[in-house]
Amino acid sequence: MTATTNRPTTTPLEAAATGVAEGTAPTTRNRKPVLAASGGPAKRPSAAAHLSDADVEQLGTELDALRDRVIASRGAADAAYIRRVIRVQRTLEVAGRATLLFSKKRTAFVAGTAMLSVAKILENMEIGHNVLHGQWDWMRDPDIHSTTWEWDFVTPAAAWKHTHNDLHHTWTNVLGKDKDVGYSILRMDEGQPWHPGNLGNPLYNMILAPFFEWGIAIYDLELEAVKDGEKSKDDLKKDLKAMGRKVVRQFTKDYAATPLAAVPFGSGKQALIGTFTANAIRNVWAHSVIFCGHFPDGVDTFTEEEIEGETRGDWYIRQMLGSANISGSKLMHLMTGNLSHQIEHHCFPDLPSNRYHEVAVEVREICERYGLPYTTGPLPKQVYQAWAKVFRLALPNRPRPLPKNAARAVNAPVPPRPSALPMVAGVG
Amino acid sequence: MAQIRALRRVASLLTTPLAPEDIINLVNPLASARQLRGVVTKVVRETPDSTTIHFRPGRGWNPHAAGQWARIGVEIDGVRQWRSYSLSAAVGHDPAITVTAIGFVSTALARSTKVGDILFLDTPQGDFVLPEHPRPLLMLTAGSGLTPVMSMIRTLVPRRPDADVVLVHSARTRDDALFHDELLELADQFPGLTVRHWFTREEGGRRLDLSDVTDLETLCPDWRERAAYACGPTDFLDAATELWERDGDDATHAGLTIERFAPVLLEGSGGEGGLLTFEKSDKEVEAGGDVPLLEAGEDCGVVMPSGCRMGICRSCLVPLVAGKVRDLRTGEVHGDEGELIQTCVNAAAGPVHLDI
Repeated sequence: MTATTNRPTTTPLEAAATGVAEGTAPTTRNRKPVLAASGGPAKRPSAAAHLSDADVEQLGTELDALRDRVIASRGAADAAYIRRVIRVQRTLEVAGRATLLFSKKRTAFVAGTAMLSVAKILENMEIGHNVLHGQWDWMRDPDIHSTTWEWDFVTPAAAWKHTHNDLHHTWTNVLGKDKDVGYSILRMDEGQPWHPGNLGNPLYNMILAPFFEWGIAIYDLELEAVKDGEKSKDDLKKDLKAMGRKVVRQFTKDYAATPLAAVPFGSGKQALIGTFTANAIRNVWAHSVIFCGHFPDGVDTFTEEEIEGETRGDWYIRQMLGSANISGSKLMHLMTGNLSHQIEHHCFPDLPSNRYHEVAVEVREICERYGLPYTTGPLPKQVYQAWAKVFRLALPNRPRPLPKNAARAVNAPVPPRPSALPMVAGVG
Repeated sequence: MAQIRALRRVASLLTTPLAPEDIINLVNPLASARQLRGVVTKVVRETPDSTTIHFRPGRGWNPHAAGQWARIGVEIDGVRQWRSYSLSAAVGHDPAITVTAIGFVSTALARSTKVGDILFLDTPQGDFVLPEHPRPLLMLTAGSGLTPVMSMIRTLVPRRPDADVVLVHSARTRDDALFHDELLELADQFPGLTVRHWFTREEGGRRLDLSDVTDLETLCPDWRERAAYACGPTDFLDAATELWERDGDDATHAGLTIERFAPVLLEGSGGEGGLLTFEKSDKEVEAGGDVPLLEAGEDCGVVMPSGCRMGICRSCLVPLVAGKVRDLRTGEVHGDEGELIQTCVNAAAGPVHLDI
């Protein structure tokens, strides 16, 4: 096993694990870190540098207590909430598809597509994402459970649970570890070395948005891990097969069965356009919401050195510094699957989404008291900032925003200067 | 049937990744591809503490044999809870359970169930059933142990003129005795049934004594010639078993069949660890009270699902078969049958059986 240069250094724990496995099983995944019981990392992120070990421990205790309070009060009202959302979603889905059968008429086309779009957004965001996080596992209802749920998205639930719940939520914003920082195709942090391919950043992202589910499906195959020998070819084959089956089913439903059912009503073509549009609308919406989670201004990224020796309190701090909320109405929270409470979601990924709203009040108060930033803003502003970053980082780092990443920038391989700046340069 | 299956396949093309049942469920609460359900059709108060709940099961239910039990799931405070209950209705009728308000789940069922509620079901099970060939029977029951036997009596007595059943039932008081009036009526109507009630309070507080044959000889002199069925509390059954082993020894001895309705539970209070059994992997290991189940399993070679190893991602969930576990984060000892355990942050609290 050769270490590639752009991979982070191995921690002692991993070194020990690979030492044992050396030469035997090249596909063994490295073991995960266990949080330190006390102390803290050698260097805290700059936004939390003013906190002592005792402060951080106290903060961890307060957030643990908050979590315990919500868990102790979960009950019939929460169960009724998720069932209500599921009922509304399924009703909209059926109504949307049924209306598309008559989409020859313009009003039916618009109404059907709109209902199906909303249904798909609810299904992915407030239901699928959160059920797959295990937020509703406490109900022990096999019909609403992270181990049985499959969603209306081309990536199979199992593959997504691994890259999202396991990798992204554990390694939130740790460069080199959390592949959600740019999804392996975009350069989304100054700390990521620049290469000329990054000039396509805005273009890639513009294509990614309407086909977001496909981007996620490919991302979940972890091609990079296969290339680096961390994931076996057999595992990849298995994942590809599972994805293939899912793709066929998803395709059949939206692009064959629904339009075919509309053919007797002379609406086959319009129904096809309707389902395609609904998928695209859902994809653009999901893409926007998700880009607001970790990419707006004020969100920090971390190095592996910064998380070495992390305690539970430090882990919470990383989640808070590494996430951004979206402010807005109740409807906004519902349509974003409560990812508008991204900070709270990252601190407590398995609390029921309908409770993040009340948790947010306390988390914000805790942030203020400990002098930690709490990044939030309305959707358009956050989307703009995420896109601005996509454009800005298409180009190599400018000398200006160096302070935080100075050390890394020095160590990073010096990118070749592009001979001609692309047209998009001015936008960043 | 084949047509329905074909129709279902076509429909599932439109509903994937959901099943057609998930959509039908919008109008029919019994529809589910994953979980057998029943709707409560009648609720009858039997005694101050017990209630009979009649329900109509959805598709997939197997008709029960007299004396069988079923796992019944009910939602309490949003959480699905499962317990096993004997089915008290006669064979051929819609099933019913008779629940006495003891314990958290039974109390909720007995006190709060309404007509129209949905119950979650598993198919009937158990071999505490009537013998294949007719023969004289002795039913020996105490308290709610009468429920499976009631199904037998309701099935057998009115339908078989050759039935010969003696029921010895022990209850605290006349008011506490389940199915009291119905039993007396049946005994009145059908010569094949004899009912002998034993009311502990009316006997001056003396409980039915099975430590020797005296009480039994009085209540049913020919008890040795009868195939006996016993159901009741643990000590009651232990005494009966001992009695039959000791005194039911003549050549015509027809044997004793017992039904224990308190499952044998593994015990443990936390902190001390215990013997871990991985049932499907067929492995056992002693694990300390501070070792996550995940590590203990991995150390003895079980293919454990795993993820973040810090209690966040839930990639490591494994169903609990029996025993208690301790949450290493909070020290809380928990564990219900079928509960999915986060193995990375829970340790054994006494003997634990996992379904992996």
